[in-house]
Amino acid sequence: MQSAPFGNALCKVARENPDVMAVSADLSNVTDISPFIKEFPDRYVQVGICEQALATVSAGMAREGDTVFASTYCAFAARRAYDFIYQAIAEEQLNVKIIGAVPGLSTGYGPTHMAPEDIMIFRGIPDMTIIDPCDGLDTEQATYAIAEYKGPVYMRIPRVQAPVILDQFDYEFELGKAKMLQDGKDVLFISTGLMTTRCILAARQLAKDGVECAILHVPTLKPLDTKTIVEACRKTGRLVVVAENHTIQGGLGEATAMALISQGVMPSGFRQIAIPDEFTDAGTLPTLHNRYGLSVPEVCNSVRSWLK
Amino acid sequence: MTTDENSRSNVSLKERATRIRRYALRMGEVQGQGYIAQALGLADVLAVIYFHAARMRPEDPEWEGRDRVYLSMGHYAIALYAALIEAGILPENELETYGSDDSRMPMSGMAAYTPGMEITGGSLGHGLGIAVGGAMGLKRKKSDSWIINMLSDGELDEGSTWEAAMAATHHKLDNLIAVVDNNNQQADGASQEMLGTEPIHEKFAAFGWHVQRVDGNDIDAVVAAFDGAKAGEIAKPHVIICDTKMACGVPFLEAREKNHFLRVEPQEWAEAIKIIDEGRIS
Repeated sequence: MQSAPFGNALCKVARENPDVMAVSADLSNVTDISPFIKEFPDRYVQVGICEQALATVSAGMAREGDTVFASTYCAFAARRAYDFIYQAIAEEQLNVKIIGAVPGLSTGYGPTHMAPEDIMIFRGIPDMTIIDPCDGLDTEQATYAIAEYKGPVYMRIPRVQAPVILDQFDYEFELGKAKMLQDGKDVLFISTGLMTTRCILAARQLAKDGVECAILHVPTLKPLDTKTIVEACRKTGRLVVVAENHTIQGGLGEATAMALISQGVMPSGFRQIAIPDEFTDAGTLPTLHNRYGLSVPEVCNSVRSWLK
Repeated sequence: MTTDENSRSNVSLKERATRIRRYALRMGEVQGQGYIAQALGLADVLAVIYFHAARMRPEDPEWEGRDRVYLSMGHYAIALYAALIEAGILPENELETYGSDDSRMPMSGMAAYTPGMEITGGSLGHGLGIAVGGAMGLKRKKSDSWIINMLSDGELDEGSTWEAAMAATHHKLDNLIAVVDNNNQQADGASQEMLGTEPIHEKFAAFGWHVQRVDGNDIDAVVAAFDGAKAGEIAKPHVIICDTKMACGVPFLEAREKNHFLRVEPQEWAEAIKIIDEGRIS
């Protein structure tokens, strides 16, 4: 467990870079930037519950040379501020990092606050870098990387209390790179964000059944590391399972399928673990994750059924 | 063009406005249609901004010490191009490329295309928010430059404009001047029949702005308004509501009932330009 990985990483970045600014639309606690506000009160702008202003004000600041980290919920960034992000920030290639909290299905607060389609939406923006880190370690390293990178970024950060799991692997975040965490001959998980953690845990369960799983973690969804993904899928005879905390449409699954088809690579099986194409139910997270197949037991069940 | 250079110039603001109208008409003729009525209506305000109020260096449009002039309503690009040509930021011989393939002057203004076009507007309701961020950025740099953000009365329909208006006051952005071109005309008809935004001045005042409302086709009044805002004595964001007349200066176009997007007959362009040229003498 790591407290406020994004906020603390942002503080470290800001100590070295005086141009770093944070802008918030009322959700600074859930978007994890409280440590930054405490340490750099003069470099923090509150715009209120105004997601459109969050985008445009950040654009204006970036025009004058600031490196801006603008944060809100993923749902509001994607659905509410899209035109403003597209036109005022992305078209201008401005140095604004949009930090979305509560990505995909990671709140039990209800469908109004869920963002199952945020990646699909942001993938529509040319040259938009999209990052879906898996845990605090990933988030921290990704924060350093995107601060260095000049240009617009959308990063959907995991819940503040997400358990750290990547420390068990020889892992280092690299912008635009997918990383093979472990190899295995029966199943290849291609996963991102929260679902990488679930796939790691599921792989341990499946190993007890004698099923060997490879796990390819894809924290950068755009630009996609097509080369690494296609190479991993070239190994014939293993089931490819793309897992993401996102609707089945327009996310890592579709992007992977497109990459494979364009390279003429046909795996022996291709399956997706994702939120179904339906308006999600309200309910508690464990229930919903079970219902939609995102929980570790359900991932195991799905893989077992596909291997039969 | 610095204020000092302007004062040395012997070209009157009225003459500048006339030339801006003329350039706009010539560009309109290239396409045979366009947002001509807005350009003619805003020409006086543009003359004041570019040749009196805003500090700039035509030979170096991105000079750090310039005042930033934002065009939030991108469809007014034809008006701004005309002003940029008159200011010497765009060459006159590019005028005929307006709206054509590979032109630096697309139909709707884009920052990436045109020197002197600071932001991409067009999708309405963006400009004032960007202006707020820009004004904050300038203050943080301890710059004494101003942001002048032009927006249309139609943009007052957009909620994002009012988000930005609140933010500007809250953050005490006294280096920001919003200019509302209030011509009471939008795509579907009279603005006030679409969504009644009047009384505009009272709304901005209620949002904490320093409000001036002037006849936008009265150059002296517009000059006085900018001088009042730039005197720097009022610690509030400034708005200058400019009531303008659509197609101002060309009576037969003024008279057209719906002139949001004017279609002008081929022979009418020369006639319009002639009227503008005659108006110059009087």
